[in-house]
Amino acid sequence: MAGLQSQDFARISATTFRPPDVRHDFEVAKLIDVSKCIGCKACQAACLEWNNLREEVGFNIGVYDNPHDLTPNTWTLMRFTEWENAESGNLEWLIRKDGCMHCADPGCLKACPAPGAIVQYNNGIVDFVSENCIGCGYCVKGCPFNIPRISQTDHKAYKCTLCSDRVSVGQAPACAKACPTGAIVFGTKEAMLNYAEGRITDLKSRGFKNAGIYDPPGVGGTHVMYVLHHADRPQLYANLPQNPRISQVVELWKGLTKYTGMAVVGFAAMFAFVHATVARRNDVSRAEDREAEHLIDEEAARGREA
Amino acid sequence: MAVRREEERTTVDRYPGRVRVNHWVTAISLILLALSGAALFHPSLFFLSSFFGGGSNTRMLHPWIGVVLLLSFAILFVQMVRYNFWTRVDTEWMRHIGDVMAGREENLPEIGKYNGAQKLVFWLMTLMILVLFGTGLMIWYEYFGTSFTIEQQRFAHIVHALAAIAMLLVVIVHIYAGFYVRGTINAMTEGKVTGGWAFRHHRLWLRREARKGVIDERQVPPRRHGVGPAE
Repeated sequence: MAGLQSQDFARISATTFRPPDVRHDFEVAKLIDVSKCIGCKACQAACLEWNNLREEVGFNIGVYDNPHDLTPNTWTLMRFTEWENAESGNLEWLIRKDGCMHCADPGCLKACPAPGAIVQYNNGIVDFVSENCIGCGYCVKGCPFNIPRISQTDHKAYKCTLCSDRVSVGQAPACAKACPTGAIVFGTKEAMLNYAEGRITDLKSRGFKNAGIYDPPGVGGTHVMYVLHHADRPQLYANLPQNPRISQVVELWKGLTKYTGMAVVGFAAMFAFVHATVARRNDVSRAEDREAEHLIDEEAARGREA
Repeated sequence: MAVRREEERTTVDRYPGRVRVNHWVTAISLILLALSGAALFHPSLFFLSSFFGGGSNTRMLHPWIGVVLLLSFAILFVQMVRYNFWTRVDTEWMRHIGDVMAGREENLPEIGKYNGAQKLVFWLMTLMILVLFGTGLMIWYEYFGTSFTIEQQRFAHIVHALAAIAMLLVVIVHIYAGFYVRGTINAMTEGKVTGGWAFRHHRLWLRREARKGVIDERQVPPRRHGVGPAE
């Protein structure tokens, strides 16, 4: 993160402090035009190369997806779906480049208990700061897209950084740089939305009447967007969620539960402490001590008789 | 377990060493769990993780302390469960909870080893520890990260948090009662209580214990009639 510093944080996990917005920045976005993708996996290779990651050699189980899922080393993954379009009678090969969507309202950041382990920059990029990560896996539960992966080697969470290091010095992400068809483009969010407009118009003119952009409002929009030929049915694309939102359970856990739980336990402890200190003692009286002696004698005698 | 006549006072044995050790292992684990859990529960308490060697160590240690607590509580459960079955006296005692709170002990029925509230603490702790352990396994990411769906883990998280809050409230009541009712803590530190304490709070239990016999530990034999060493 060469050029991005703490002044550039818009949000910090497990922190109420929000740095003053001194350095303004454009919101950036990566636009993935699924209709242009040929599934070459150059983006996957470029991601491994730039981020200095190596993936294990896996097994072929008869699908093109390789590896089979996102891993702590594979931050982006081509997911291949073969779909028979009943309307046109065509077999369509839907290829989606999966990875972090860089939500405007990131569930991972909301769920994270470690201060500063997940940050969102002013430019919209959501980044994991490994030295603050404790490896608890809460981000996995916070994410509505099932993206973060925890390394079993160093117990840290990993995902696409949107090449925040490259972006901070004015470079496009490695995947966008490597894409041979221009299916991945990068720029300001505004520019990408404009660019997508043109692509959608083009697709519609070619008969994809439901072509559209995927910028889900349930998470406040994303900084990775798709152009889909069937934007009305995103689930076709390897189960891209129709209307992703941070789970209500996570909202409740990290919202109401967190604050009321703290208040209730804190109040109970304080009340108990104060009451036990100042209230009339519940103490044994001299009389009770004497009565006890009497009762013990009685009962002991009864015991001997029996 | 016996009533002992000492030089200055009479005591009743309440907990043997093996129960006290177990109780304190459980108590210490519970405090460590509360501190490390609080560190992960609320950002303003994250600083507590420094007592455990940082965030990563806290995340690693918390579940293992949970395993220790489960084991020590399991033994404690076996040691105590036979005194904790609900009886009609407990229902009667619970009806007079107002008198309990007001300190009018004379209106209460005679109580055995435990009163209704103590039994409630026992069973609530049992329930909460089981719930916390079960949900804790589900969110123990290192070993069970892939054993449950993400949705199940989300539910486990919130149930774990709510159960922990409920348990802390029970523990606060438990500790509060131990301090507020003077003479109680001796039961878990020295293993015995005074005769007066047993008379005031657990008279039925005192009767039973006295009936088993009284051990005279005084140097000089008593002059009063009718009281002698236990046969």
